[in-house]
Amino acid sequence: MAPLLEVEDLRIHFRTDDGLVRAVDGISFGLERGRTLGIVGESGSGKSVTSMGIMGLHQGTKAEITGHIRLDGEDLVTATPNRVRELRGSKMAMIFQDPLSSMHPYYTVGDQIIEAYRVHNKVSKQVARKHAVDLLGRVGIPTPQTRVDDYPHQFSGGMRQRAMIAMALSCDPELLIADEPTTALDVTVQAQILDLISTLQSEFGSAVIIITHDLGVVAELSDDILVMYAGRVAEYGSAADIFGRPDHPYTWGLLSSMPRMDRAKTARLVPIPGTPPSLIRVPSGCPFHPRCRYTEVVGGRRCETEVPPLREAVTPGHAAACHLTTEQRTRQWADLSAATIPDNDKAPEAEEQAGEPEAREPV
Amino acid sequence: MTEQIQTPPAPEAGRVAGRDGDPLLQVTDLVRHFPVTRGVVFRRKVGAVQAVDGINLSVTRGQTLGLVGESGCGKTTTGRLLVRLDEPTSGQIVIDGHDVTHLRQGQMRPLRREIQMIFQDPYSSLNPRQTVGGIVGAPFRLQNVKVPGGVRRNVQELLELVGLNPEHYNRYPHEFSGGQRQRIGIARTLALRPKLIVADEPVSALDVSIQAQVINLLEDLQDELGLTYVVIAHDLSVVRHISDQVAVMYLGKIVELADREKLYAKPRHPYTVALLSAVPVPEPLSSPTGQRERRQRIRLEGDVPSPLLPPPACRFHTRCWKAQEICRTIEPPLTELIPGHQVACHFPENTPQVSASSPESAPQPA
Repeated sequence: MAPLLEVEDLRIHFRTDDGLVRAVDGISFGLERGRTLGIVGESGSGKSVTSMGIMGLHQGTKAEITGHIRLDGEDLVTATPNRVRELRGSKMAMIFQDPLSSMHPYYTVGDQIIEAYRVHNKVSKQVARKHAVDLLGRVGIPTPQTRVDDYPHQFSGGMRQRAMIAMALSCDPELLIADEPTTALDVTVQAQILDLISTLQSEFGSAVIIITHDLGVVAELSDDILVMYAGRVAEYGSAADIFGRPDHPYTWGLLSSMPRMDRAKTARLVPIPGTPPSLIRVPSGCPFHPRCRYTEVVGGRRCETEVPPLREAVTPGHAAACHLTTEQRTRQWADLSAATIPDNDKAPEAEEQAGEPEAREPV
Repeated sequence: MTEQIQTPPAPEAGRVAGRDGDPLLQVTDLVRHFPVTRGVVFRRKVGAVQAVDGINLSVTRGQTLGLVGESGCGKTTTGRLLVRLDEPTSGQIVIDGHDVTHLRQGQMRPLRREIQMIFQDPYSSLNPRQTVGGIVGAPFRLQNVKVPGGVRRNVQELLELVGLNPEHYNRYPHEFSGGQRQRIGIARTLALRPKLIVADEPVSALDVSIQAQVINLLEDLQDELGLTYVVIAHDLSVVRHISDQVAVMYLGKIVELADREKLYAKPRHPYTVALLSAVPVPEPLSSPTGQRERRQRIRLEGDVPSPLLPPPACRFHTRCWKAQEICRTIEPPLTELIPGHQVACHFPENTPQVSASSPESAPQPA
């Protein structure tokens, strides 16, 4: 079966006075029904621009979009604005980061859900209202019959996000995009919302794209992960591959710079040096090379001059855009994890990674 | 003690030989209630937001206290009270032997050299119309401190200390990235060589890779300059990484206070247990069949109650799965269960008789 969503060589550029902003520069991925794709990256890596591109939200802006976005075989890049509008909300829906600014403060929560539902379905207001109450109940809002007439400001942050989810699900979308759905929420509420998204996903059978900078959230929800850097794909693979056998130095950097709750405290975090590049002047060759610690391992000036292709290394479906050879990667990652994972925690880790080459002693 | 305050601290002088082990900061029964009033001419008090309601803390010299809790638990208000940006309703704050609880602005000024704050948002905490030199040099100007070598040289040394290029002296904040701006804020904080730094969410506005840079910087500065930190954060993994002691706040009260290792290894207050189990772990779980599994977690239902009308007795009882009648009638005091571990709960978790009650074995809240 063809995947529900196919993105092929997508480029989204913005022409500005300062130059051409290459926000998304040639990314490809596919997503099947019932699966969850996590897109991670730092701010400015192009994750939100990608999701807005899929939703057709760049129409009417200066964005120059090339490539293909196929939803169920239908190309959204070449589709008419009217057709995209028909699909948006019914076949694909989006949950935004900040529910307070993405809901209209002037209308009740119920009105906003009813409106979204009636745009795509020819039903009476009463039927739509019943549907709205039903949805609010399903996303876990207590006494939905009365809360449906409340205004967004009368909801707490977590409840607003639940209402947003209800709105997104009102037409039973096949593709749900959640852009930083829990970033504005406290951990306990975040846990509730993540639970809700995964329960509803299995109930509705939709494909979900979750965009976040929090690797914990991604690990919690995703089947596959796409790591973006400077508008390109740095690494793509299953959640187990990305967290267990990451292949790209940028992914290593992300993993080692996070303080981890599930491991004994490390003496020091290993940050990624420098800052993300400007998307107007993306570095030549591998966009990550100015911040990469391994350019000398590759040798020569290859990282500066040659763009590394995204290629599969060992496991099928796990690809990274890096010049390091498979042996070099295995060696470097083993060294790095030996340095960041304290001794008392290393034993079970080593068992998991069978065939790990001799890990050198941490310095 | 008093002489230390009156002599302007020469930035090179470094740390005043501190008696390690004695508390630099001591907070007793600190209360801050924000009155809620009605009426325009005759303002009547109709209630109070109990933002901070009787907390006790002490921070040892050279150590870091982490203050965690959900939004609205009063952690930021506590931070603002500590640096006296706000007036406590009652209680006492003693910093380095000086009672600063009700000092007026003028009296407070000499003490400001000793206590500084790092703010959350590096975009709004720097004046966009001042150059980096002006921003970092402002403390010298405001405090009338004459520094050997001149302000400019000192500012450049500070910029170097926090990992910025000293040649950027004449640049404006907008020319810097978020992480660099946070470094500028830290340089300003360090200008007068304070003893105590209150950092309110110092890294939450930054990207993960940059977060690690700033956390490492804060740790290095602590080692180098013997600083004492109070770090306020909602990110439990960050707090675990940098704190020696951790205080967990819920609705204006401290519910648990312990050494880092003790708190994270064996949390005793149900709220702490729930909070820790809610943190997503970057390690996917997959079962042998290849299907993804969700971790078993304690899910707290609902939201934090309003601090305007906090629940009586134990404030957590409305969301607690262990709550019984006594929790609704008698407030549990913050008591030391084992040395170095204080908990305010009638039915603490992880107590010796209950063998390591993990999140999995705890019943789900209804």
